[in-house]
Amino acid sequence: MEELASLLNGFYVVFSPFNFMLMIVGILLGVIIGVLPGLGGANGVAILLPLTFSMSPTSAIIMLSCIYWGALFGGAITSILFNIPGEPWSVATTFDGHPMAQQGKADEALTGAFTSSFVGAIVAVVMITFLAPLVAKFALKFGPAEFFAVQFLTFASFIGMGKGSAFKTLASMCLGFGLASVGLDTVTGQLRMTFGITDLLTGFKFLTAVIGLFGIGEILASMESGLAFSGSHAKLKLNAVIEAWKKLPRYWITFVRSCVVGCWMGVTPGGATPASFMSYGLAKRFSKNGERFGKGELEGVVAPETAAHAAGTSALLPMLTLGIPGSPTAAVLLGGLLIWGLQPGPLLFVEQKDFVWGLIASMYLGNLVGLMIVLTCVPLFAAILRIPFSIIAPVIMVICAVGAYTINNAMFDVWMMVGFGIVAYCFNKLSYPLPPFVLALVLGDMAESSFRQAMLLSQGSVTIFWSNGLVGSIMSLGLILLLWPVISWVLDKMRAAKAA
Amino acid sequence: MHDDKGGEGPSLVSIRTMDIAVAVFCLVLAAIIIMDSTRLGFRWREDGPAAGYFPFYIGLIIAISSLVNLARAISSKGAPKTFVTKQAFRQVLAVLIPLAVYVLFVGWIGIYVASAIYIALFMWYFGRYALPKGAAIGIGVSLVLFVMFEIWFLVPLPKGPLEDLFGF
Repeated sequence: MEELASLLNGFYVVFSPFNFMLMIVGILLGVIIGVLPGLGGANGVAILLPLTFSMSPTSAIIMLSCIYWGALFGGAITSILFNIPGEPWSVATTFDGHPMAQQGKADEALTGAFTSSFVGAIVAVVMITFLAPLVAKFALKFGPAEFFAVQFLTFASFIGMGKGSAFKTLASMCLGFGLASVGLDTVTGQLRMTFGITDLLTGFKFLTAVIGLFGIGEILASMESGLAFSGSHAKLKLNAVIEAWKKLPRYWITFVRSCVVGCWMGVTPGGATPASFMSYGLAKRFSKNGERFGKGELEGVVAPETAAHAAGTSALLPMLTLGIPGSPTAAVLLGGLLIWGLQPGPLLFVEQKDFVWGLIASMYLGNLVGLMIVLTCVPLFAAILRIPFSIIAPVIMVICAVGAYTINNAMFDVWMMVGFGIVAYCFNKLSYPLPPFVLALVLGDMAESSFRQAMLLSQGSVTIFWSNGLVGSIMSLGLILLLWPVISWVLDKMRAAKAA
Repeated sequence: MHDDKGGEGPSLVSIRTMDIAVAVFCLVLAAIIIMDSTRLGFRWREDGPAAGYFPFYIGLIIAISSLVNLARAISSKGAPKTFVTKQAFRQVLAVLIPLAVYVLFVGWIGIYVASAIYIALFMWYFGRYALPKGAAIGIGVSLVLFVMFEIWFLVPLPKGPLEDLFGF
């Protein structure tokens, strides 16, 4: 029960008035970010990251992770009330959430969504509390080869489990790696791909990329489709909350299933978005009311929301223990750790106990406080949405520009942000996936250095990746995932040949 | 996700053309990466892999996957799908060009003044708001940003002549 003692200590850290205030501020900001299209969890956290440089790392991570919880909650509000998913992971919530709102059951849908988000998150946090120290202890035995193998597995799973063209995923991912390698090479001290441009000395900052890709890119896409807000009124009556809560225990199987799907997809870098879709699909298939899904079934809100929050939360498990983020937002938080001078990875659990357990404790509290805030403030957030897009859009652009500038106090980053916005606009339309690009940009340096260290140990032989059972099995699993599109293609052909 | 929402009107570019363009763009980037990696050396040296070792293979993978993407785009058949219509592209440019001008002006007159003007003009052009109303919101947002960054968090943002006038 060492974990419980550490956790109690974590609560002790969180319960300072300053940290508690940061938590509430973070959740409010997060919900606003989640509600506004064009400001997502990842780039919302990225924009606000510079504000935390003067705080202690523990306070900073509490505020930033609370922004993340807030954004996870906020995405559901717009999906249900306006049929506009504020976040990609809340797309599946619109399927049944918006029909419910149209039938005048917006309060029930919102209560259901928030409560299931909360359940999903808490299950994931409990999992993190007890699993993370074990994973970290295990990972302490990792050498460079093992680390590279895990990183390889991360990226291979994008190709193996991703939808769409594997080659587009591969190109997008390797572009991220390519951009990550620009600048000063830390091992040899040589300059790579800077071509005499001084602004490139420090390389491409992934924060700039995140703000451009997810902020500017979204606005461009929204402007093109001439987005106009029009939505229903939202009132949350207290007895509606209680009425909805009475119905929810009925769906306990859906809750359990969605939590499992979410936790799994979060730990492997599937992320919240596929988790929510998968969970919705499973619920539709196994529910007694499956055929009524899409017409306003509460169960159809419960399933994706539970899974999205479970995935979003458990994405922090690999980030804390292995230094590998399970989602783009977790990647931004990881970038924050590096900036605050903390080395993510298993040693964090040994050297920065206050930080880790403070963060985990803030996950419990943050989600509880978040649930209370969103349940009481729904009308307020709905009012934000009545602000016309032609006011919101330029304000978001300005906020993005400020965010990009503050990363390094350089106009160059602001220009890069515009460039990344155009890239995102094209990539989205051509279905090049963006998450592998961002993850490669963040993890590029780490992946490269663990690869080089491993190669140094083995004097240039790749056999080091199969030198023991552990690294060998991770690497082989990665290879299978990497080649999965080919394998499934061959299997399909064989099946077709048999049928003929 | 965004297809078929691009408004009505004649197609400006097809998905196929853009697929080809992006694949070629990736190929150019791959060429740059490979070129610079060969300059740095991508082989094994006495003290370990040279600086270009990792980027070289990354460049190679980008090149190969882009070639496949290119080949797929060229050989794609069927009715051409629209990447963007003329009308929608005009809308996108109407956002993009002012954004570029805005960023240019941030360097000259500071971010606060530039933001206020940008928000006001954006609201006037897209939202058909009266200029004074836009200006009020623009100045309001700038003031909030100023208080937050310069006073509260002590993070300096680009400033211009107006801020000099007030002694910041």
